[in-house]
Amino acid sequence: MTLLRAEGLHKVFGAVAAIQDLSFTVSPGTVHSIIGPNGAGKTTLFNLITGLYQPTEGRIYFEDNDITAQPPHVLARHGLSRTFQNLQIFLNMTALDNVMVGYHLQCDSRFLPSLLRFPSVTRRDAEYRERAAELMAFVGLKDYVKADASAMPYGALKRLEIARALAVQPKMLLLDEPAAGLNPAETLAIDALIQKVADRGLTVVLVEHDMRLVWAVSNRILVLNYGRKLAEGTGPEVRANPEVVAAYLGEGGRDL
Amino acid sequence: MGLWHPRTGGLLVLAAVIAILPAFLANAFYYDVIILVGINAIVCVGLNLLIGYAGQISLGHAAFFGLGAYFSAVLTGTYDWPPLAAMLSGAVAVGALSFAVARPILKLRGHYLAMGTLGLGIIISIALNREAWITGGPDGMAVPSFSVLGWEPSGDLTWYGIVGGLLLISVWLALNLVDSPVGRALRSVHGSEVAASVAGVDVISYKVLIFVVSAVLASLAGSLFAHFAGFITPDEAGFIHSIELVTMVVLGGMASTYGAIVGAAILTILPQLLTVFHDFEMLVFGGILMGTMIFMRKGLVPSLAALVTRWRR
Repeated sequence: MTLLRAEGLHKVFGAVAAIQDLSFTVSPGTVHSIIGPNGAGKTTLFNLITGLYQPTEGRIYFEDNDITAQPPHVLARHGLSRTFQNLQIFLNMTALDNVMVGYHLQCDSRFLPSLLRFPSVTRRDAEYRERAAELMAFVGLKDYVKADASAMPYGALKRLEIARALAVQPKMLLLDEPAAGLNPAETLAIDALIQKVADRGLTVVLVEHDMRLVWAVSNRILVLNYGRKLAEGTGPEVRANPEVVAAYLGEGGRDL
Repeated sequence: MGLWHPRTGGLLVLAAVIAILPAFLANAFYYDVIILVGINAIVCVGLNLLIGYAGQISLGHAAFFGLGAYFSAVLTGTYDWPPLAAMLSGAVAVGALSFAVARPILKLRGHYLAMGTLGLGIIISIALNREAWITGGPDGMAVPSFSVLGWEPSGDLTWYGIVGGLLLISVWLALNLVDSPVGRALRSVHGSEVAASVAGVDVISYKVLIFVVSAVLASLAGSLFAHFAGFITPDEAGFIHSIELVTMVVLGGMASTYGAIVGAAILTILPQLLTVFHDFEMLVFGGILMGTMIFMRKGLVPSLAALVTRWRR
């Protein structure tokens, strides 16, 4: 049983092959990490899966549906959601409205009922506003429910992005470096949050450089190097792989 | 939701201002200027949905205003159509045209989008100038007076009431839209297109939707203007008018529906006060646009609102 299946992915930018002949699967209910040196193609792979890039070759299946090259808003309907390495927050909106955009597919966004302010539209909106506040509490942003996104600190915005991604009610959540730029305490808290999300049965795909976090939360790890699969397996298997140690972890990495 | 919720409160204040204002309008000239304010405000309320909320620039919106005006003028004047039918046909035609051009144009971003809409506006403006056999060319054309089922609005107060009522309705609809999932989607497109699409917002469709809505509103206001003024020229559709409309939205406050009205009021009244400087009008407009961008990027109304909340604390 697989949730996501990538077959023979290639992505070429001009003369550079960012992803080459990559195949892998993600099982439902697991935390699947993607690691590798900078420029290995991790974010490119994320962008291929979430429809921001189209693969030069290869196909991607989600729940056995071919989703190759589908635009992101269609993939959201399929149950794919993500966060971004460089934050993509709606800074012109409140924190709560940021999460509400995540509920876009659940809300009544028909034009005429919205224009004429049908009670059904406002009722549904109010209902999801409560859920959005609950979701913010779930990711630890209880104190920011009424804040403007532009007035929030970096660490809180990282969580806000996760809350918005969860509001899409995905089957698979892709987190692109959720701990980047956070201090050790904040990283620990993100670690706990990812664990909490995974415990809900949600499948998580994680790109991360903080190896402590990767070892702590991952069921499976995919190692990329120069756009190719270098290794794949459980944490201990990957850690024991001499090629992975040489390319990315370094000798000290074994002990983390 | 109580009566003094910001939404309804704002609408009530606007209605009160519209109701009280005639007491201060001493003569026909004042009425002319204020009615013009109302017509410009209707266009700006729509344009603000596009520029202020969805974050898409249009430097060609006067063209839609002008098309609406000419549809009304030609259909009622040359072909004897009932004015209301002409007005609505114009709105449908402008809606169809803006829908047809929206997809390719709105795939552009930033400067390119500005250039695209600018080009569209100039093409329409040239067509109105050149096709003199329909439009009368640069000399303009006379427009029959408005009438519905035999009733002909005449007199300043009647026109004032019509424009005021329509402005109130436009503001109500705009506020509804802004405070709905559609409005949220529009603001998210402004905030981050990539994040909006990942959250399930069909970015291109929303841009097209709001472009068409604002174009149709401009067309309706154009028809209204044609009948009110009784005479129109291609200048209505020109580049300079487009810039005036954008300046009104930016000065009043982007993403502020009431700001759009304030901007329209200031920049419609100002040239009347500065008739001496008529030759320098564009200079003044350009100066105001630059000043706003440098000193008050959010525009008048949002900046003042922020000041008030700071004082209260």
